[in-house]
Amino acid sequence: MKKLLLATAFAAIAGVASAQDAIKIGTEGAYEPYNYIDQATGKLVGFEIELGGELCKRANLTCEFVQNDWDSIIPNLQSGNYDAIMAGMSITDERKKVITFSDNYTPPSKSSYMAASADANTGEGAVISAQTGTIQAGYIAEQAGNTLLEFATPDETVAAVKNGEADAVFADKDYLVPIAGDSGGALVMLDKDVALGGGIGIGLRQSDTELKAKFDGAIQAMKADGSLNALIEKYFGPESEKF
Amino acid sequence: MFEYCSDPRSLEGLQWLSCYLTTATHFSFYWSFLTVLTLLAVTAPLALAFGFAGASAARSHVLPVSWLGRAYIAAVRGIPDIVFFLFFVIALDQGIEWFRHLFVCEDLSQPVWNNGEFRVCPAAKVPANDASPFMVSAYSFTLAVTTFAIVFGAFAANVLYGAMTAVPRAQLETAEAYGMSHRQVFRRVLVPQMWIYALPGLSNLWLILIKATPLLFLLGIKDAVYWARELGSAKTSGNNPYPHGDWRLFYFLALLVFYLVSTRVSEILLARLTRRLSRGQATRAGEDMRKGGAAT
Repeated sequence: MKKLLLATAFAAIAGVASAQDAIKIGTEGAYEPYNYIDQATGKLVGFEIELGGELCKRANLTCEFVQNDWDSIIPNLQSGNYDAIMAGMSITDERKKVITFSDNYTPPSKSSYMAASADANTGEGAVISAQTGTIQAGYIAEQAGNTLLEFATPDETVAAVKNGEADAVFADKDYLVPIAGDSGGALVMLDKDVALGGGIGIGLRQSDTELKAKFDGAIQAMKADGSLNALIEKYFGPESEKF
Repeated sequence: MFEYCSDPRSLEGLQWLSCYLTTATHFSFYWSFLTVLTLLAVTAPLALAFGFAGASAARSHVLPVSWLGRAYIAAVRGIPDIVFFLFFVIALDQGIEWFRHLFVCEDLSQPVWNNGEFRVCPAAKVPANDASPFMVSAYSFTLAVTTFAIVFGAFAANVLYGAMTAVPRAQLETAEAYGMSHRQVFRRVLVPQMWIYALPGLSNLWLILIKATPLLFLLGIKDAVYWARELGSAKTSGNNPYPHGDWRLFYFLALLVFYLVSTRVSEILLARLTRRLSRGQATRAGEDMRKGGAAT
């Protein structure tokens, strides 16, 4: 009887494993250059889309990216609408209570402030905009004297600075630098980098240990042969932090 | 789209604009209006059917049926829309998968809901993991239509219930005097006469339904509002062929025009329908029409 049960269990696990060969990856599609909609073709593109494709190839998985609102990106992973999250999601202890993460695929990233002028106030009494449910929003909320202004999309956090609603926006530096560069001086990066979180990783269900092992293996292989660094440099420039 | 669009950076003025407005993302934006209209066209009759069933059930002489109808109306009307759209769709989706799980999965020893995670075997997934993108969107569209129909059906049920009680008792009594059964009175007299009483309430619902379509994005469907936000958001020059600042205002103005036109067209059609339905009715408008017709 025990043997029979064991055999069934193995069969079940094997069944899950083979079907997992086709998986879905959830992403936000509004966070340049991590993941965004290509303006000309309407397809999802960006650092994480290319990285995800490469990781899946190495792990022998067929992956498909699906778009999901940032707000509900974790609940939809939990309810099985997709099997992994690659959406610039930093590894934090708070998120680890709910989901699990693969090894990080970017080094702990720098967050930074962007404001309308270089002498903008970010200390006592400053209003800082950040995206809801991000590591940056959590950081601002903890700063005494700062007022946190939350928005559902990254784009709105920048718009809040432009129209004077917020003194500065606090987000991933890699996201803000191209925007500041484009603004023709209207928006400037403040020289106040903060290192937050444990880098960006793939968010996974806690029960998917096998999938985690596959992704971890693929990420380690890409770190070892330098291809991950090459990809980071391609999307974030030569000055970006690498492994 | 056009040949000269291959290098957008070299373009200026109208030429740039013509290329910009014909990108694949813009066509998705234009198509999304059709999605909204399709949703309306499918949902409205379905919601009306739900409403009719709900109202008929609430009026039923059989107590359990009447309770069921009343419970449906009261429960759905009492729940905030946004809660309904967030919670109900996930519940419906999980319910379908759980139901399939019981039948198609071999290993039922693992709990389906565990530690905040919802797990069914891959065979029970709806839509299946390898389903075509079309099937995936068809499925979410169906979920959306069902949810909209249930929500708006409850409101429609209440409107129709009121309309059914508004039909003058004398009309029904006359029918009964002719020897018609309950069912015949309902079908031949009550239902044809109630529409004129229901129309103001139903037209309200229709206009609210038009405006509620942006809730679609909560259900994972990229509707016109999603695309307006996506296309209007600022685009940096590094990775985008058509960089621009924050243009959401223009896109939302376009949406405003679309919604205003839809409501105006609806109002015109509804006014016509009201005139058509008033004919021969025992109402003030119907009476006026009768007299006006007799005078000419």
